[in-house]
Amino acid sequence: MQQNNPSSEPIVSLRDVQKSFGPLRVLDGVSFAVERGEVLALIGRSGSGKSTALRCIDRFEKVDGGEIVVCGHRVDRPDVDLRALRQDVGIVFQSYNLFPHLTIEQNITLAPCAVKGIAASQARDLARKVLAQVGLEEKLHAYPEQLSGGQQQRAAIARSLAMQPKVMLFDEVTSALDPELTAEVLKVIEQLAADGMTMVMVTHEMGFAKGIADRIVFMHRGKVHETGPASILTSPTTPELTQFVGTGNLKS
Amino acid sequence: MGGHLNINHLMFLGQGALWTIGLSVIALIGGGIVGFVIALARISPLKSVRIASAVYVQLIQGTPLLVILFLGYFGLAAIGLKVSPLAAAGASLTLYVAAYLGEIWRGCIQSVPKPQWEAAEGLALSRTQRMMKVILPQAIRIATPPTVGFVVQIIKNTSLASVVGFVELMRSGQIVNNSLFEPFAIYAIIAVTYFAMCYPLSLFSQRLERWMGRGRSNLAPA
Repeated sequence: MQQNNPSSEPIVSLRDVQKSFGPLRVLDGVSFAVERGEVLALIGRSGSGKSTALRCIDRFEKVDGGEIVVCGHRVDRPDVDLRALRQDVGIVFQSYNLFPHLTIEQNITLAPCAVKGIAASQARDLARKVLAQVGLEEKLHAYPEQLSGGQQQRAAIARSLAMQPKVMLFDEVTSALDPELTAEVLKVIEQLAADGMTMVMVTHEMGFAKGIADRIVFMHRGKVHETGPASILTSPTTPELTQFVGTGNLKS
Repeated sequence: MGGHLNINHLMFLGQGALWTIGLSVIALIGGGIVGFVIALARISPLKSVRIASAVYVQLIQGTPLLVILFLGYFGLAAIGLKVSPLAAAGASLTLYVAAYLGEIWRGCIQSVPKPQWEAAEGLALSRTQRMMKVILPQAIRIATPPTVGFVVQIIKNTSLASVVGFVELMRSGQIVNNSLFEPFAIYAIIAVTYFAMCYPLSLFSQRLERWMGRGRSNLAPA
């Protein structure tokens, strides 16, 4: 750990992060920080770089330049301990990505047993606990295909929680769901926020972002274009954000 | 000529059929083990390993099995290595089967959707754990029908081992024919015997494929 003063250091910080895919510059000097217990919403049009920025935090993308520090790990360095980083960071994807050959319980206990070496019986208790958190206790022995999309996503959140991450990343986790299922997933995330989980979320649910986020980062053409408290969604200062929230994105 | 087809001839053919099965098992086990290594090497993070295994696959797939068998038997003998027909046939078939199974299995491993890798990575599983606990269990499901289908090819291809003097079903048929000279009857028996070995496997493969097709929703969305 390279933290000097853990209580004041941000959990996640990006400084002047650069990333290109071939000739396409996806991130062009992105900087933001997430404090402990903070909920940060990354918003912006498709292609604005928000998902890439999120994936860089967990090093699913390597950055070309700049500095990323996550829970004391220097993510931008090639020698970063990926397994240590990913024990501190939980990530939930748009397509749930539960393991289809395992039951929900096995999905959840796999990593705690394999990575942290906790005993099987202890892991099963843990699985019950995190499933209760997302309201799916009765699905312990079900297979992913037997669950609705919303239930699968909640199970995926539970799987991530079981690793007791210090920060959770949500990559458009409701984009594949209809409004009703979206609501049940958002409710779970709201509860996590209320419990003090540090979260970074890429979302298209503007109403939700407004309700839950402590801070909004609006990305435009690979840059942080406007940032501030959730109130910037109702009174944006840049024309781009005005246009973005004005195009019907701000559902309540 | 040498008389009529009798029980001794049939016993001899039966023995040949057993060796066909034996050689198939050797080829399947040997080729399966080497093929598994090839499959993993083809997707190795190390470029040199990927290239070496790709070259191996291309070389074997671009060479007739008959030539591999001749090389194994006569080639090794020419450089002073005396190998038995069984060893030459077993080794040649192992190399041959490994190239094909390796390629089939590589495809199956890679057809497990990439987000499954990422989800496993995000949970801090090591590369070995990702492979053993997340990817391979799903890849095996995908791989079973084409693998069973390929076993049929192996069984039929063992007949080529007759050219290096290995007495399997085909060679035992030739030997019996040399004394009886009833080629049509004898080769008809041989053909039926091969069919009896292969057809159940073909049926099984088809059934597996249908069964897998039904269970496809069990696989993650791409």
